[in-house]
Amino acid sequence: MNFFLTILLLVACLALTWRFLGSYMAAVYEGRVSFLGWLERPTYRLLGVDPQREQSWQRYAGALIVYSGVAILLLYGMFRLQGSLPGNPAHLGAVAPALSWNTAVSFVTNTNWQNYSGESTMSYLSQMGALAVQNFVSASVGIAVAIALVRGLVRRESSTIGNFWVDLVRGIYYVLLPISIVFAVIFVAEGAIQTLAGPVSVHDALNGVHQVIPRGPFASQEVIKQLGTNGGGSYNANGAMPFENPTGLTNFISVFLILTIPISLTYTFGKMVGNVRQGVALLAAMTILFGVWLGVATYAESQGNPAVAAAGVKHQPGGNMEGKESRFGYSQSTLYNIVSTQTSTGSVDSANDSYTPIGGMMLLSGMMLGEVTPGGVGSGLYTILVFAIIAVFLGGLMVGRTPEYLGKKIQSREVKLAALAALVMPITVIVLTAIASALPAGRAGALNAGPHGFTEILYAFTSQGNNNGSAFAGLNGNTAFYNISGAIAMLLGRFAIIVPVLALAGVLAGKQVVAASAGTFRTDTPLFTGLVIGVIIIIGALTFFPAVSLGPIVEQLIHGRFF
Amino acid sequence: MDRVVAAGPAPKSKELARGVARSRGLFDPEIIVPAAGQAFKKLDPRVQVRNPVMFVVLVGTVVTLVESIVHPGLFDWSITGWLFLTVVFANFAEAVAEGRGRAQADTLRKMRSETEARKLLPGRGEERVPAASLAKGDLVVCEAGDLVPSDGEIIEGIASVDESAITGESAPVIRESGGDRSAVTGGTKVLSDRIVVQITAERGQTFMDRMISLVEGASRQKTPNEIALTILLAALTIIFLPVVVALEPFGHYAGANVSVVILVALLVCLIPTTIGALLSAIGIAGMDRLVQRNVLAMSGRAVEAAGDTQTLLLDKTGTITLGNRMASRFIPVGDTGEEELADASQLASLADETPEGRSVVVLAKERFNIRERELGAEHLFIPFTATTRMSGLDFDGRKIRKGAAEAVKRWVVEQGGAVPPDLDTIVESTSRAGSTPLAVADGSKILGVIELKDVVKEGIRERFDQMRSLGIRTVMITGDNPLTAAAIASEAGVDDFLAEATPQAKLALIKHEQEGGKLVAMTGDGTNDAPALAQADVGVAMNSGTTAAKEAGNMVDLDSNPTKLLDIVEIGKQLLITRGALTTFSIANDVAKYFAIIPALFVAAYPQLKALNIMGLHSPTSAVLSAVIFNALVIIALIPLALRGVRFRAMSAAQILRRNVLIYGVGGLIAPFAFIKLIDLFLTAVRWY
Repeated sequence: MNFFLTILLLVACLALTWRFLGSYMAAVYEGRVSFLGWLERPTYRLLGVDPQREQSWQRYAGALIVYSGVAILLLYGMFRLQGSLPGNPAHLGAVAPALSWNTAVSFVTNTNWQNYSGESTMSYLSQMGALAVQNFVSASVGIAVAIALVRGLVRRESSTIGNFWVDLVRGIYYVLLPISIVFAVIFVAEGAIQTLAGPVSVHDALNGVHQVIPRGPFASQEVIKQLGTNGGGSYNANGAMPFENPTGLTNFISVFLILTIPISLTYTFGKMVGNVRQGVALLAAMTILFGVWLGVATYAESQGNPAVAAAGVKHQPGGNMEGKESRFGYSQSTLYNIVSTQTSTGSVDSANDSYTPIGGMMLLSGMMLGEVTPGGVGSGLYTILVFAIIAVFLGGLMVGRTPEYLGKKIQSREVKLAALAALVMPITVIVLTAIASALPAGRAGALNAGPHGFTEILYAFTSQGNNNGSAFAGLNGNTAFYNISGAIAMLLGRFAIIVPVLALAGVLAGKQVVAASAGTFRTDTPLFTGLVIGVIIIIGALTFFPAVSLGPIVEQLIHGRFF
Repeated sequence: MDRVVAAGPAPKSKELARGVARSRGLFDPEIIVPAAGQAFKKLDPRVQVRNPVMFVVLVGTVVTLVESIVHPGLFDWSITGWLFLTVVFANFAEAVAEGRGRAQADTLRKMRSETEARKLLPGRGEERVPAASLAKGDLVVCEAGDLVPSDGEIIEGIASVDESAITGESAPVIRESGGDRSAVTGGTKVLSDRIVVQITAERGQTFMDRMISLVEGASRQKTPNEIALTILLAALTIIFLPVVVALEPFGHYAGANVSVVILVALLVCLIPTTIGALLSAIGIAGMDRLVQRNVLAMSGRAVEAAGDTQTLLLDKTGTITLGNRMASRFIPVGDTGEEELADASQLASLADETPEGRSVVVLAKERFNIRERELGAEHLFIPFTATTRMSGLDFDGRKIRKGAAEAVKRWVVEQGGAVPPDLDTIVESTSRAGSTPLAVADGSKILGVIELKDVVKEGIRERFDQMRSLGIRTVMITGDNPLTAAAIASEAGVDDFLAEATPQAKLALIKHEQEGGKLVAMTGDGTNDAPALAQADVGVAMNSGTTAAKEAGNMVDLDSNPTKLLDIVEIGKQLLITRGALTTFSIANDVAKYFAIIPALFVAAYPQLKALNIMGLHSPTSAVLSAVIFNALVIIALIPLALRGVRFRAMSAAQILRRNVLIYGVGGLIAPFAFIKLIDLFLTAVRWY
């Protein structure tokens, strides 16, 4: 399909869901929808939860951490005992300890970084009972945190920010499951694989080759993989594998599913705070940044491979096709991967490692902005709200008023928590990359030497620190060093941000609302959108400029000019 | 609002007129020289650690110093020197700001001479004791010529007091026991009569003591916004530590040897040193600007709250209108001519010494050139009494009276005259317009009405328009009836008014506004204002007011000029804007510094990175040195801005923001490219690299 037509159609579909899914989610989290009460009530009884009882931020965060800890242990146990558990027609053995640990953390933190090939490592039980379940639950956790923060902004002098268990369950039942069921049927219709029958052996008599083709219940996983911005493929090739992503239509739907919840949440936010324009201002910031990144990357890929050009090939009419599927071409592939890296999804339909230096830099730097364009489900909204609070603080000072966001004064405690939430990711990524590039164990993982190898390491930690999960490839991550350090990056990138964000929600909820006046710095205007963009770019650029200049920038310069 | 006893001598000089606050040039040598010394004294790490940003610079300087000693070289020593200067410049900025306050405190201290107090003993005897020994509750006697030894309340007597020591206003004021004019301040001088004062201040806690420590900055505490900003600056410092330290292994991976000195230089350039260096100077200078307007803020918190004010409660009298009503029009009734009425009115007012009476004489002269005249021996002034509610003059057989319309009507009827039919209409319409009608009669004939009008201060309407554009609602407080209040409110252009205001109604209004999440500022002077002053977020007590009022408020206006509230709001806003603007500037500067230093760091390993040297700086060492020199000099260059504050204009929030983002954001992005290049050219020319 024509690239611009694709974009137009995508925008039209997203605009529709933005409005309707957005207001539906507001209704879900404000408790105005209850048609699945018959399913909810037994669930709460099972969990031993009183759905009427709200939690303080400490209890909310406590429940979230305890739940996540238990989930990590459960997943770890399932992977280790995989060989003795049922649902394993391919008779796959136990997953190694370090890899089990990394993978358990990866799926619970909504990262879906995979230091393994799904088809040759995970049994059906592990895929369905561990990974797919976490694809739903970790996504719902992300939305819950975002909603809790929005409640903090809305509520006045309240000591509670909602009930974690209720938000978790409602997110799964009312939002994620229904959409997944509908779209899984489309994926199956398009040819994605969905079976419990185990691998098939194929004997190709003509060539005399015997082949085992892994199969599994993967179409159903595919939708939540995208919808929940998880990104963990059932196959190693992820979205480039025809069994996962069979056609141009599924490719398009994948892109749509990835974007739909993060984008619609800005409407939910606007609706909950009683002014949709507030959500539009944030959506505009997300969209502008996303557009720039997509434009630059697509242009870079259209220019072809600089190494090929250096070898004397004058014309590369198909753009840079190294590592891309001919089914999709460079533009659709770039769209898929840019969408996936800017949403903390991390699924890919082409090899990141083979992008042009500039194309690769856009994939990398999209994550470095903190995954807010539009970011992962929930995490995108709560992270951009953190940036918005910092922007409000600077903007508020510049107009001579104690800064306030949506009537809530932004004072030292709020600044402290917002700064903490904004700093965790860059510090995690930079420190771990520094350690990896200094230690032999870290250097051993990189496939390439020089700046490209450095980019591989930097990318790995940027991806895990942002709970993205996409791999630049080229890096051998299945080592004790990378499994453990990567898990640390994922845990910090998730929970060291969620806890201050929930604290922020609690502090804000307890505050009185200040009345707006003409002297109030408005946060639903293009000016504010510009300020938020400025803060996101400045924080991202200032922290990562040196590292990026030693990776993709110098690599591009070695190949020639910048553009 | 003070009652002036006598027309005192005009203020002796401009300096005195401004009271304690002597305005000084930004670079007054009296301040600069000691500040330079202070800048070095403040290098004490125990002082530096309070400012996280500058502490990192100090530690960095020590690191480069060690490097320079181990591997001596011009470059390393130059960097060390400039990093050291960066810290010194920051200290200097603070010292200059403090110096301006200290100079004022010294002036005050000289005034607080060692006074002797005449302490009253229980047995009515007197004892001379040093003022410093007085305790709260002691009784002292002050007579003409005595200095009031400490703050207190007059419990007996009345006196005229020269308060120029604290207000700069040389006209004496009346202080008397009971009522709202009973407070006296230590250091002021009793000019006449005898008073007994009960001391209300603890030792060392007098108004003067507090004032000295305030202007000196000794009791300065960080304000809420300043703390929040410090946290953000600390966060920006913390983030750049790993960013810079990581360049060591990154460089190692790339095969580059990374110099520790350059890393420290990069770190110092990246952390927000500009705002970090100037932050405390901005705060001190903000208080100083208030003091220069003769306002004492009891805390920086109050100054910040002033900038946030959304509702201003302003007393009508003295703030919005001039203190007294003035005759504005002669309205004749019946067949009387206007000049005839003016003539009679002038006669009736000749002996009337009240401001209202004087204004009638003035108006008659202005309108019809009727001069004061010699009255023959045969005349009798009729003074105003509360029962007759009239005053006037019997002269040449005429009985001229002026007074409240009802009283004059009754009097005319008693004289056998009739009330003209149009009188009531005129009286009513005059009242409705917010003015006071005075009827004038000559014998049995009512001549007409003098309209006494509340005169709205000149320029006040424009001030309120400015306030409105800043999103501040103004509410006029008055004891007048709602009709009169509405008329004056619309003339002055306030947004709302509270008529027939009682202290309870005021308090209720403040609480109501605050419940809506608004911050309220008000002025007050009476004891009955104290609860409202305490309840308001910004309570400005008039220095002429009672001790209770002054203790309840969080600011005191030494000039007792309620209009000052508007200035205070602007100063509060300016304080925040200056901080925000310099923070933005500081962060925006980083971009240019990266382009100077990153290529310099790695150009040996990757010669292609030369492409990032977009300024075309001469060499890696000159590039780094230029960036560091720029980083240090910009502090000095911005001291005047920090002390004076960013120019503040009454504009909407969006306009202010757009303007400041343009000047300090975009400007901060571009300016360093030019200046770093210039410094580099200079260093190249003198071969210092």
